[in-house]
Amino acid sequence: MSETRRITLIVNGEHREAETPVRQHLADFLRGTLGLTGTHVGCEHGVCGACTVLVDGHAVRACLMLAVQAAGHEVTTVEGLSLADGTLHPLQQAFCDHHGLQCGFCTPGMLTTLVEFLAEHPAPSEEEVRLAISGNICRCTGYDSIVAAALAAARALRGDAA
Amino acid sequence: MDGTTHGPDDARMAAGPGEAVGRAVTRLEDPPLVRGRGLFAADVNFPRQIHMRVVRAELAHGLLRSVDATAARALPGVVAVWTSADVAEIPSIPFRATKVQGLEPYCQPVLARDRVRYVGEPIAAVFAEDAYLAEDAADLVAVDIEPLPAVLDAAAPPAEFAPGLHTEPTIVRKGFGDVDAAFAMAHAVIELDLSVGRHSGVPLETRGAIARYDAARDLLELHGAAKKQHWNRDEIARLLGRPPSSVHLFEGHVGGGFGVRGELYPEDLLACAAALRLDRPVKWIEDRRENFLATNHSRQQRHRIRAAVDAEGRLLAIDDVFFHDQGAYVRTHGARVVDLAAGMLPGPYRLPAYRVAGHFRLTNKTPAATYRAPGRYETTFVRERLMDAIATRLAIDPIELRRRNLVATAEMPYPRPLDVLGSDVVLDSGDYAKLLDQALDRFGWKALRESIAARRASGECVGAGLAFFVEKSGLGPSDGVRITVDHTGTVELVSGAASVGQGVDTVLAQICAEALGVGYSGIRVVRGRTDRIEFGNGAHASRVTVMSGSATWQAAQAVRAMALETAAPLLQLSPEVLTIRDGIVQRKDGATEPSMTLAEIARQMGPNSPAMRGRTPGLTAEKWFWSDHMTYPYGVHCALVCIDRGTGAVKVERYLVANDIGRAINPMLVEGQIAGGFAQGLGGALYEEFRYDETGQPLSTTFADYLIPTATEMPALDVLIAEDAPSPLNPLGIKGAGEGGTNAVGAAIAAAVDDALGQPGAVTTLPILPGTVMRLLDRAAP
Ligand code: FES
Ligand code: FES
Repeated sequence: MSETRRITLIVNGEHREAETPVRQHLADFLRGTLGLTGTHVGCEHGVCGACTVLVDGHAVRACLMLAVQAAGHEVTTVEGLSLADGTLHPLQQAFCDHHGLQCGFCTPGMLTTLVEFLAEHPAPSEEEVRLAISGNICRCTGYDSIVAAALAAARALRGDAA
Repeated sequence: MDGTTHGPDDARMAAGPGEAVGRAVTRLEDPPLVRGRGLFAADVNFPRQIHMRVVRAELAHGLLRSVDATAARALPGVVAVWTSADVAEIPSIPFRATKVQGLEPYCQPVLARDRVRYVGEPIAAVFAEDAYLAEDAADLVAVDIEPLPAVLDAAAPPAEFAPGLHTEPTIVRKGFGDVDAAFAMAHAVIELDLSVGRHSGVPLETRGAIARYDAARDLLELHGAAKKQHWNRDEIARLLGRPPSSVHLFEGHVGGGFGVRGELYPEDLLACAAALRLDRPVKWIEDRRENFLATNHSRQQRHRIRAAVDAEGRLLAIDDVFFHDQGAYVRTHGARVVDLAAGMLPGPYRLPAYRVAGHFRLTNKTPAATYRAPGRYETTFVRERLMDAIATRLAIDPIELRRRNLVATAEMPYPRPLDVLGSDVVLDSGDYAKLLDQALDRFGWKALRESIAARRASGECVGAGLAFFVEKSGLGPSDGVRITVDHTGTVELVSGAASVGQGVDTVLAQICAEALGVGYSGIRVVRGRTDRIEFGNGAHASRVTVMSGSATWQAAQAVRAMALETAAPLLQLSPEVLTIRDGIVQRKDGATEPSMTLAEIARQMGPNSPAMRGRTPGLTAEKWFWSDHMTYPYGVHCALVCIDRGTGAVKVERYLVANDIGRAINPMLVEGQIAGGFAQGLGGALYEEFRYDETGQPLSTTFADYLIPTATEMPALDVLIAEDAPSPLNPLGIKGAGEGGTNAVGAAIAAAVDDALGQPGAVTTLPILPGTVMRLLDRAAP
């Protein structure tokens, strides 16, 4: 049995405390220990981006970070993107409106990646959006609809009409 | 047309969009998925579950001398370790039968017995309290293999598979007409040697199997299923010696299928057998390396093809010999991909004589089966390369050459004396020439030729190419749908179909809404569950919209008729003057009274209602749609590419997919299918390939080696959805849209690269890698 450690961290605004094996990566911790299965694991070698979560607001590959490294930090997963009353985040809404997902497996990683990106680039060009998600693999959509959704969400977040 | 059932509920839907059908509505599937509340295989957990890890062959070919699990079994937390001796009574993984005989000895055992035949082949299975531990224990299993030479070239002479069996289980032969006479009288004979690389669907979600045995009900459940639940259920039951009704499969969310996901694999059987024997739920989740090594590969073929043509470039005959690299074993598809390749190769062209021999060859690679547009991605590349070569030889414009050979609308339905998957090929409808014109127009072909000339003059290496394709869809023979309105008025649709992430729920709900007269968004769609419907043929071969869509249409029509008949006497009106709008039965003329809701009607039809005495209660109908013939969508792909002379990299700048699919139930979803399919075709054309070293060690085992297109590789993509040739074979006129985006990508990009290089026929292999392009550029350099 491998060594474990007790960690405390903030996940989606809530204070969490749990025991984790020291070798367990953050994605498995979120999914297995905390039951937040919205974060997906597509490769476990840092290439596909499906496991992307926000750690202190920055997009991080949860398969490349150990759970113990997240101790004391603030983690946001896809489950934490909508408002408390259930209203979808403008990105989530735009993904629905623009068919930005098919199977939905890449979607949590796409959303979290774009949350950080749009926070830093409120009025991106199409090219910039493509670059921003170029580290996230989607096998279903061909990406155009994801790009369209991101641009629509950027407009909504800026408060522009449609 | 024959091939469908006829009856009052067969009423065809009029052309054009309706209230729900033909509308780009948002998907029912999306809300839980964007919230991270989906249920993918890895999200399924049961109390007391243990985790399975598979020990796999690290050599491509060898004699399995020994497997020593002593150390692994001794590790605390390990529940069991199985080798082939522990599963000796489980037969090999079966295949879905076709006419081809004699494949049984080539099927894969659940765990390797005395030989290993590919890197990744399951040798042992470890069961432990957690997934990390199972992996630790798997590392402790000592495997002794005596290496044998690996067979890696399917076109080389066959070798020995096992005593008395060689590596060519079968040759698929098809043909018609007098091929030899045609070649003897030909104006010209054009010969090519063309290859397509080894690719796979590589869904972003890896496979998973979670099995549990419910002793209280004597029920074996398998979760994480996909695509072919009912066939898989029946086979799992047979292989484990249980009645099918004691085994149930459950499909949750599926992170992409593309042909490979949802087939029956050794791991599914291992998980089920372990759940029964170890009396604990068993969870297995594939990792990405395993996904590259153990999930079906596809496509690798080499064709030696010849065409006989007359002086005007009209095809007189095609003679093709090809070698299909099946990998180490026959899998669930048997020889179907070879059959599809052989049967679909002629595509859209009039062809008086044809002969094909598809050599189905085993090698020491991961076994193969279907991947989106199976047999068509390959043969469209081959056929369209051939058309380009004919055009070059006879100095005819390649577009004009195609025009001369396209089957004309007046010739439809066009029977070809060939069969595919046991069904006769009859091109059911189409206006090929019209779509070609529309595509050229939309792509701005004329202006493009001028701009290409200008760019070349300024030193750029640019070119354009196009390819025509015919797809197939709606594979029968049947699929059923049951629609029930409950006493609250909620509509439930239970289908034998499956979904691998395409949006099946939404599409079926739209069709149901259209026929029944309710809103689509409240319809609850149930699929992928063997415990809710007795039969089903699953989601593959672009069949769901055609087959289950048609069954939905018929079932909803039947429920509608039932509702009107029940309501009419109560409203004291004749059923003919009534209609259903938003779930309310009312007069067709728009008067809102008298009226009755579907909920009220359902209550009237309940089991305790005196009116139902002696009849089967419920506002419900189940309908089965039957089809003997497939329906054939078609299309044109156009590509504009620019080559970097310094690196040999091919950049696709612009691309058009024009696809006639008869009727688009949801144009937004169709575009999504085409765009996603195109991206996969692009991967196969320029980036993706499973490569092996000379000993059979796979070199593409991570996403860093097997390159899937990302957002920055996508060109400006235009999609033209045409509905000019609805299928006469089903009430909605639908043809499948799942594979047209993929089919001709390799062919069109190859033509464009030839054009950019100014070297007709230069591209003979997919993917077109930068190294090859550099060599071709050097060859051209003065
Ligand atoms: S799972 Fe972390 S990047 Fe793929
Ligand atoms: S929607 Fe399936 S991987 Fe992106």
